[in-house]
Amino acid sequence: MANAALRIDTLSAATPSQGGIVKKAPLAPYPIVIVGHVDHGKSTLIGRLLHDTDSLPEGRLAELKKVSEQRGLHMEWSFLLDALQIERDQGITLDTTRIWFRTPKRPYVIIDAPGHREFLRNMVTGAAAADAAVLVTDAERGISEQTRRHAYLLSLLGVRKVIVAVNKMDLVGHAEDAWKGVAGDVSDYLQKLGIEPLYVIPLSARHGDNIADRSDKMAWYRGPTLLEALDLLVPAAPRTEAALRLPIQDVYRKGDTRLAVGRIETGRLKIGDKVEIAPTGQPATVASIDAGKGPVNEARAGQSVAVSFIEDAALNRGQIIALAGHMPHIATTIRVRAFWLDPESLTAGSRISLRLATSEHPVVVEKFERLVDVEHLTDGEGSELGQGGIAEIVLRSSAPIAFDHAGELPITGRAGLARGGRIVGGCIVLGAAANVTVTGPVTAVNSSVNREAFEARNGHRGGVIWLTGLSGAGKSTLSMGTQRRLFDDGWRVAVLDGDNMRKGLNKDLGFSPAERLENVRRVAEVAKLMAETGSVVLVSLISPTVELRDLARATIGEGFHEVWVKADVSTCAARDPKGLYAAAQAGKIQQFTGVSAPFEAPVKPDLVLDTSEMDIPTSNEVLVAHIRRHFALSQADGHAVGI
Amino acid sequence: MSSTDQHLDHLDQLEAQSIYILREARVRLKRLSLLWSLGKDSNVLIWLCRKAFMGELPFPVAHLDTGLEFPESYEFRNRYAEEWGLNLIKDECPPIEMTDPTLPPGTRIAARKSLGLAAALEKYQFDGLITGIRRDEQATRAKERIFSPRGLDGAWQAAHQPPEFWDQYTIERHPGTHTRVHPLLAWTEVDVWRYIKREEIPLVPLYFAKDGKRFRSLGEIGITFPVDSNASTIDEIIDELETTRTPERAGRSMDHEAEDAFERLRATGYL
Repeated sequence: MANAALRIDTLSAATPSQGGIVKKAPLAPYPIVIVGHVDHGKSTLIGRLLHDTDSLPEGRLAELKKVSEQRGLHMEWSFLLDALQIERDQGITLDTTRIWFRTPKRPYVIIDAPGHREFLRNMVTGAAAADAAVLVTDAERGISEQTRRHAYLLSLLGVRKVIVAVNKMDLVGHAEDAWKGVAGDVSDYLQKLGIEPLYVIPLSARHGDNIADRSDKMAWYRGPTLLEALDLLVPAAPRTEAALRLPIQDVYRKGDTRLAVGRIETGRLKIGDKVEIAPTGQPATVASIDAGKGPVNEARAGQSVAVSFIEDAALNRGQIIALAGHMPHIATTIRVRAFWLDPESLTAGSRISLRLATSEHPVVVEKFERLVDVEHLTDGEGSELGQGGIAEIVLRSSAPIAFDHAGELPITGRAGLARGGRIVGGCIVLGAAANVTVTGPVTAVNSSVNREAFEARNGHRGGVIWLTGLSGAGKSTLSMGTQRRLFDDGWRVAVLDGDNMRKGLNKDLGFSPAERLENVRRVAEVAKLMAETGSVVLVSLISPTVELRDLARATIGEGFHEVWVKADVSTCAARDPKGLYAAAQAGKIQQFTGVSAPFEAPVKPDLVLDTSEMDIPTSNEVLVAHIRRHFALSQADGHAVGI
Repeated sequence: MSSTDQHLDHLDQLEAQSIYILREARVRLKRLSLLWSLGKDSNVLIWLCRKAFMGELPFPVAHLDTGLEFPESYEFRNRYAEEWGLNLIKDECPPIEMTDPTLPPGTRIAARKSLGLAAALEKYQFDGLITGIRRDEQATRAKERIFSPRGLDGAWQAAHQPPEFWDQYTIERHPGTHTRVHPLLAWTEVDVWRYIKREEIPLVPLYFAKDGKRFRSLGEIGITFPVDSNASTIDEIIDELETTRTPERAGRSMDHEAEDAFERLRATGYL
């Protein structure tokens, strides 16, 4: 085994710093998608491109001839890409594929996309990975339905560099007029989508005219060949100068440090940067950045990083880190332009998941604003979006969504649409929807929403955190602080405070043992109702006796956590935030717990927070951690790294 | 602290994307494992996992052992399982008699791995398997998704793959099914070698030429053959790959026994 290690040692001797061979850094292959209507010659064009650039692996041409002949065909270029048996047997491309080739200028990866409408999901899969597209059109038959649909999808997918290949020029006698006709139609259509076609090239894939070699049959054409046109494309500019967007993918713990991990989609991030974490906008300061090779001072768009903050910020998957003052937009109702890829239609009232960067929001389709007629680019009405369809719709979420406008920051301005874990569509975000009128089927709300449904939507269980302890022990302060923390994390969390309850619901009650019992009973019943709708309810109530707390436990049942906020009487009396101890000691208040009435210590509390030992922020932290541990449904918050 | 004040190069981009995929797998799937073939690609995969998860792999690594690996491969496995602190599963694959007798002979040996995989899925109840396949290796792999759903018995439904775009992945949870995760799908053979060079990732020495032969792809004894080559260093291998027209898997007999042999293997659970 010494060999492998030795190999590495000899290798290091060849690094540039030690005077070894200096190699130019390899270029990323430029991704081009080939799209267009079925049978307009996409696969033949790719085969020809590879053949004419001498890019086919050894034996591949012979293998192709052989399998073509086995099926009684002369030379079927499409078999190069249609590798699946079903594709070869049926003579159609089902799924997208990739193939590599290079010109003297740079390497390319060609993405083939199927032209059938039922395989649009595969076309989208391929096209979304491309930086530029070749839209293949048949010179004889002209622009067809899928030509338009593919062009429209390119515009939604943000692929705006388009070369039009007018193929099969041999079938129209290589006539300039035929090319002009198709070129005019396609260019008109693309321009309506805001796409300016870069080149419109007359070619014949089958015969290799204007692919790699200039055709003498079309001397009237002065523009570049397809290969020349590809080499003229300029790769997408880096996104480092755009606003910072770092969607949190996961949260790791390394020792005592919490790390937000994710990929910087746009912009830069450096140590000391003041950031805000959307959607809540909580502020934080960058303490450290790790980009896979140890700590760095700065990281930029495209890098996967692990970031820690000076403040103890609440970090969760789905949040977006932005520079302070440059947060994404926040709204619960948004307008989107959506494309749909599933056989089962999308309708008004449908419940789906919106997956924007790393966030996932259950949303309801509130309204169909317009259906897009891809043929004529006109507006249609309707409330159903079928497979391959495009529409502008309004989506409503119960929790705030952080997003950008697609025209400004495309990556955080677009989202996948999912149902049951499966991607079924996508959309670009047009903006927040204001004053949406709810109409149609949306009002037909499911009447029996059970506790599990609430909890699934909230991402946490409902329950009651019963804070018991002396007056002045810190119950109210802790409940307020904890509510804030959990709220910032998107939790449903309510506070029932003893003092407030006595001002309203329980203002008819005094402090006799029987009235104390009734006070606790009412608070417990209310807390239970709220917990059943999925909320975490923080109750801060002295509830001084075992009997009182047992009543609360019995009333609430599952999800009841007894938390003893512990501080001795002298500490509480010294704090005396409401001046009650002084009053009680002066005899002005009767039956005051700890002074003139007993406090029975909890027998087996779920958590003890000793606020005479621990300061309030620390106690707050312990309580938040306890609640997360027992009530969070997902593990998204805080994987311990290293098992 | 090192500076990042230069453009991300191609390898940086590939690395960042693979780390993103690995972290996504970790957060979306509950019972993950990484399939370690002992070959160069899965070594790169382990390397990337150590970067993604701050030094340690938070899931087990499975070597589907046919007992037919080269001695150098076993030596490598035992050394690096320890050095990298891997939680290694090394269960033996079922015997050849258990494989489909209608498959060509070389393909049957490979099919033992599919059976071993099915057994491991059953035994450990994995819902996610990370593997090192790449699109440029083989034409049916070129059609793969990064997150690829597998049906019962690990079946790949090539004609019914979900859409995948904008880093949004399909993960469905049905009992008995799992998701294959392919973080290296966008890498090419020469990318892998350049990365191995840059990161100084250790390898089984069989990849380097000896007496005019080297292994370009590593598999079982009897169905994996060396190719003619004098490339005995990584730089020489990279130079060779930039000019060669021999496909990477030329030395893997199961790819060439029948037109559809590899697809049949893959449809029934093979990588």
